[in-house]
Amino acid sequence: MSASPGLSDGRWRWPDTVLWLVPLIWYVAWPDHLLLGSQVIITALFTLSLDLLLGYAGVVSLGHAAFFGLGAYTAGLLAVHGWREPLTGLAAAGVVAALAGLATSFLVVRGKALSQLMITLGIGILLYEAANKASSVTGGVDGLSDISMDRLLGVFRFDLAGKTAYGYSLAVAFAGFLLVKRIVASPFGLSLRAIREGAQRMPAIGAPVGRRLVAVFTIAAGLAGIAGALLTQTTQFVALEVLGFERSAAVLIMLALGGTGQLYGAFIGAALFMGMQDLLARQNPAYWQFWLGLMLVAVVLRGRGGVLGGVEAVRDRLRRTAR
Amino acid sequence: MTEALRTEGLCKHWGGLRANDQVSLRLPVGARHALIGPNGAGKTTFVNLLTGVLAPSAGRVFLGDTDITRLAMHQRVRRGLVRTFQINTLFAGLTVLESVVLAICERTGLAGTWHRAVARCTEPVAEAKDLLDRLRLGPAANTLTRNLPYGRQRLLEIALALAMRPRVLLLDEPASGIPASESTEVFEVIAALPGDVTVLFIEHDMDLVFRFAQRVAVLVDGRLLTEGTPGEIAADPRVRDVYLGEVTGEAERPFPGEEKRDAPGSAR
Repeated sequence: MSASPGLSDGRWRWPDTVLWLVPLIWYVAWPDHLLLGSQVIITALFTLSLDLLLGYAGVVSLGHAAFFGLGAYTAGLLAVHGWREPLTGLAAAGVVAALAGLATSFLVVRGKALSQLMITLGIGILLYEAANKASSVTGGVDGLSDISMDRLLGVFRFDLAGKTAYGYSLAVAFAGFLLVKRIVASPFGLSLRAIREGAQRMPAIGAPVGRRLVAVFTIAAGLAGIAGALLTQTTQFVALEVLGFERSAAVLIMLALGGTGQLYGAFIGAALFMGMQDLLARQNPAYWQFWLGLMLVAVVLRGRGGVLGGVEAVRDRLRRTAR
Repeated sequence: MTEALRTEGLCKHWGGLRANDQVSLRLPVGARHALIGPNGAGKTTFVNLLTGVLAPSAGRVFLGDTDITRLAMHQRVRRGLVRTFQINTLFAGLTVLESVVLAICERTGLAGTWHRAVARCTEPVAEAKDLLDRLRLGPAANTLTRNLPYGRQRLLEIALALAMRPRVLLLDEPASGIPASESTEVFEVIAALPGDVTVLFIEHDMDLVFRFAQRVAVLVDGRLLTEGTPGEIAADPRVRDVYLGEVTGEAERPFPGEEKRDAPGSAR
């Protein structure tokens, strides 16, 4: 046990092992489905970045895809113009998205929930239309193609089966997970949770709320940008919809489904959402969102904490009956 | 005498309403000062002006020799001007220990740290546990704040303020909403504060005011009516007028020794 039970110690625990065993098992068991696997992992990283912002700091966003898309286009444009080294391209995308996050954070963090929703939504729409209009640069609705990447670390070629893409996405998502896990266990992470729980009390303990929110918004934007860049580099294509409102809405849904403020929720939500999309859409592509809507309402009404919240409620009940 | 806190002609006007009007008050270092007055007299407004929740229409606030009138709330807190709230404004989803550790981290500048786990910040954690033990909150350290009984929450309010190591502590009805037995406990904690901490507290319970205050300031209709020792205040006919004139139907208790005669309901 740690020296101070009840405080976050950021240690590795068995659910972490379970979480990261799943994609490894997937790689061995379903080698034909690595493309779907990569997409889930990338989306999970994107969802994780929103969890840091919404689940921990309590800042709501309807335009988080803006930063995902910015990262995707940065990586794509770099590759199209000759910069094909994946890792530096990834880093550059993260930096660009983080800077955009920093610049826009000042508009977002001052307001209450509704104005946060509207401002992030507005930023998302603005970027989408800007990318649409600047078709000579971005390819507009046709998307950005002709992207090819160098070998990863100079060794691993991006193959058609998607083995490299899968391993690459997994490694980057894992690094992102470790970073976020560390942040949320720190005093900075504690202050974010406190802002979520009672922002009006924070100045009375000397906390600069605005500065903290600017910091977390920047970090979340940077992570979202890295996720976007991963998508570009592993699929070698950028579609305009990386910036779309649907993506911002979907990531919010995934987080709500999985459960906010617990890290794992982002992964569970992304896997659930995309798994359902894949299964249900195969049977009836037009209809799958009906089931999604139904599940969303049920999960949010029943659990509030998403799937993870439901698991916790069941566990508590079992403990109480055991006693 | 050196002053810990001083106001000069502090005013807060909302249109024609003078919530605070020309309030000039001096708190010497180490004072135990009570601020009393009928409901709506502007007591909380005054505290809000001191702490920076509200901007004054006119007048200035000095902490020691420094003019802090234009500083933001969190900047005043960092300089040692700390308050508690009349209604609990706590972090419902944080544990008691987490809340106090956070407050200490904010004071010491550790709260921007992102690479070290909270549990490994040994000094703030040890300090927080000491503080909680002093306030008899030790056994509740790992309780979620929202699951804490109301009286304990009042103590946590004070713990959060003390975690900031205040030079001047403003307590807005620290014992409101809790039974008399527990309110004594709250005031014993306040009385046991180090002598260099200056305390200004708003309190309706005159028993508590007369037991714990060295001096009393009376605010009526936004103006400072008078200021003096508890004995002087109790003997002041103007103060009696104000209180006796408005006692009927009010939740506030009249002066000690008069309650049975004037408020028959309270005998039961």
